[in-house]
Amino acid sequence: MTSYAIEAEGLVKKYGSTTAIDGIDLVARQGSVLALLGPNGAGKTTTVRTLATLIKPDAGYARIGGYDVVRQSAPVRRLIGLTGQYASVDEDISGYQNLVMIGRLLDFSRAEAKARADELLARFELTEAAHRAPGTYSGGMRRRLDLAASLVGRPQFLYLDEPTTGLDPRSRGDVWELVRNLVAEDGVTVLLTTQYLDEADQLANDIAVIDHGRVIANGTADSLKAQVGGQSLEIRPADPARLAETAAIVAELTGSAPDSTTRPGLVTTAVHDPDLLPYVVRRLDEAGIRATELALRLPSLDEVFLELTGHPAEDAQPEPAAA
Amino acid sequence: MTTATRTAADDTTKSAPKLPHPGPGIGHDEIPRRADPFAVVRHSLTLTWRSLVKLKRQPEQFIDLTLQPILFIVMFVYLFGGAIEGSTQDYLQFVLPGILVQTVVFASLGTGVGLCEDINKGVFDRFRSLPISRFAPLGGAVLGDVCRYVVSIAIVFGFGSAIGFRVQTGPLEVLAAIALVLVFAFAMSWIFVVLGVTMRNPRSVQGTAMLLGFPLTFGANIFARAETMPGWLQAWVDVNPVSHLTSAVRTLLVEGGSATGDALATLAWAAVIFAVFAPLAVHKYKTKT
Repeated sequence: MTSYAIEAEGLVKKYGSTTAIDGIDLVARQGSVLALLGPNGAGKTTTVRTLATLIKPDAGYARIGGYDVVRQSAPVRRLIGLTGQYASVDEDISGYQNLVMIGRLLDFSRAEAKARADELLARFELTEAAHRAPGTYSGGMRRRLDLAASLVGRPQFLYLDEPTTGLDPRSRGDVWELVRNLVAEDGVTVLLTTQYLDEADQLANDIAVIDHGRVIANGTADSLKAQVGGQSLEIRPADPARLAETAAIVAELTGSAPDSTTRPGLVTTAVHDPDLLPYVVRRLDEAGIRATELALRLPSLDEVFLELTGHPAEDAQPEPAAA
Repeated sequence: MTTATRTAADDTTKSAPKLPHPGPGIGHDEIPRRADPFAVVRHSLTLTWRSLVKLKRQPEQFIDLTLQPILFIVMFVYLFGGAIEGSTQDYLQFVLPGILVQTVVFASLGTGVGLCEDINKGVFDRFRSLPISRFAPLGGAVLGDVCRYVVSIAIVFGFGSAIGFRVQTGPLEVLAAIALVLVFAFAMSWIFVVLGVTMRNPRSVQGTAMLLGFPLTFGANIFARAETMPGWLQAWVDVNPVSHLTSAVRTLLVEGGSATGDALATLAWAAVIFAVFAPLAVHKYKTKT
């Protein structure tokens, strides 16, 4: 089938002289996770807000589940759940009241809204905190409540705008687990924005790398890594004093000078021939150099970003306030 | 190693899509739904409930609602009463209906400030992503505030009675006066909703609302009779809708006689203000990025 659950073509949004997004093309299959990966200010949030019908694009179009986000915004809103930096819960009423309110706004009867709220609170382990204001929640609880709030209407599409920004590693893991379950159990299509490369790697089937309002690369995590090409050889000699010696061996075998300064105690270099590894091991052994770490791996997404954009994955100009 | 796990994960997720692609109308029959005229009302009332729950959770807001009218009554009656009317008791009878109006008009300025604060928070974005009318979040905020005015009105009457204010008419007139005040405040709020939706900073909303609120309440016959004022000011006081409201309330509570003219003028003003500013507010909110 040629039609996708999420389709966007040529989306453009300008704020005055600032171009927030500059011709975004995206597709996502039903039941998959699409990650928009990029630094702050790249246009991720503007893209999500456009696909969530919150802002109208200046050019281009997007369809969610076959509905146009501009001309058929009402049905689109019935299909989506939004969670993120901007869309969140009401600080001033309890977690339970938040969920009941959203249920009522989605035309649930009072009893249905209450039942759904209880169900979601239990599912997200918030039952004990149900009657407290979200202001008193921990970061992880807050995010779980945000997520619960976006799921009240059993959306087929879930937009997660930087769902783990500011969370500690354990809470991040929890959120990842929840997202995986949603995809596996409910068949939800997820659109995720993140500036964490490992998050995209962990959750997404497909990744669109966004920089300066454009998609600069598309594909699975692996295909992106492959696109950048080659693998990376990493060796950490047990005795740091033999670093230079190790580097010399690697240089001799690969024909290019390795990097032994970026990460202390580690010799790294790009390798194009995976059969090289046994030779490296043999030569190190002959030289009597013991390695505590010896690996041949695909490049990290950080390296992918550097390769694709020519600059590291760091903040561009800030996104327009409240944009 | 990473490669291996990744590929495995990809394989499982690739077999995951169990649901058919949701083409228009497929799998969710209720979409697109017919517009339900009662939905706007229902959603507005849900969001009114939200405002009231918030009020319950922030009891400090009651200080605003209760203390301000009391301070105004004390200040005007005892500070200026003797000078203006010759006797504090006579002045109390004159000014209390006015303070009723002034309290509620001032409270309606706050609607804009509160809304501006609210809109900057994430929850309004969630409202915007829900399939509800764009009127509902604004209507809910305004109606919630109207409920708060009832508290202020009760305080004005309660405290007024305690220091000697006596209604000279009957309970029906009192109810009519209260209804008139609430209807007018509801309409007035939309002016400040427009400010709250348009401006980014709650402080600028506060400042601008005050600039509008002062001539409306002090440039009226709330604290002194229009006849005592210079001609240019009288001209303004006579067109000021707040003066019509004050005259109507004063007639209904104290002076007796027919309040129909002023009441109708007040309602006409309320209708015009609502008809202009409510759609404008919704439009501004819709197009707000």
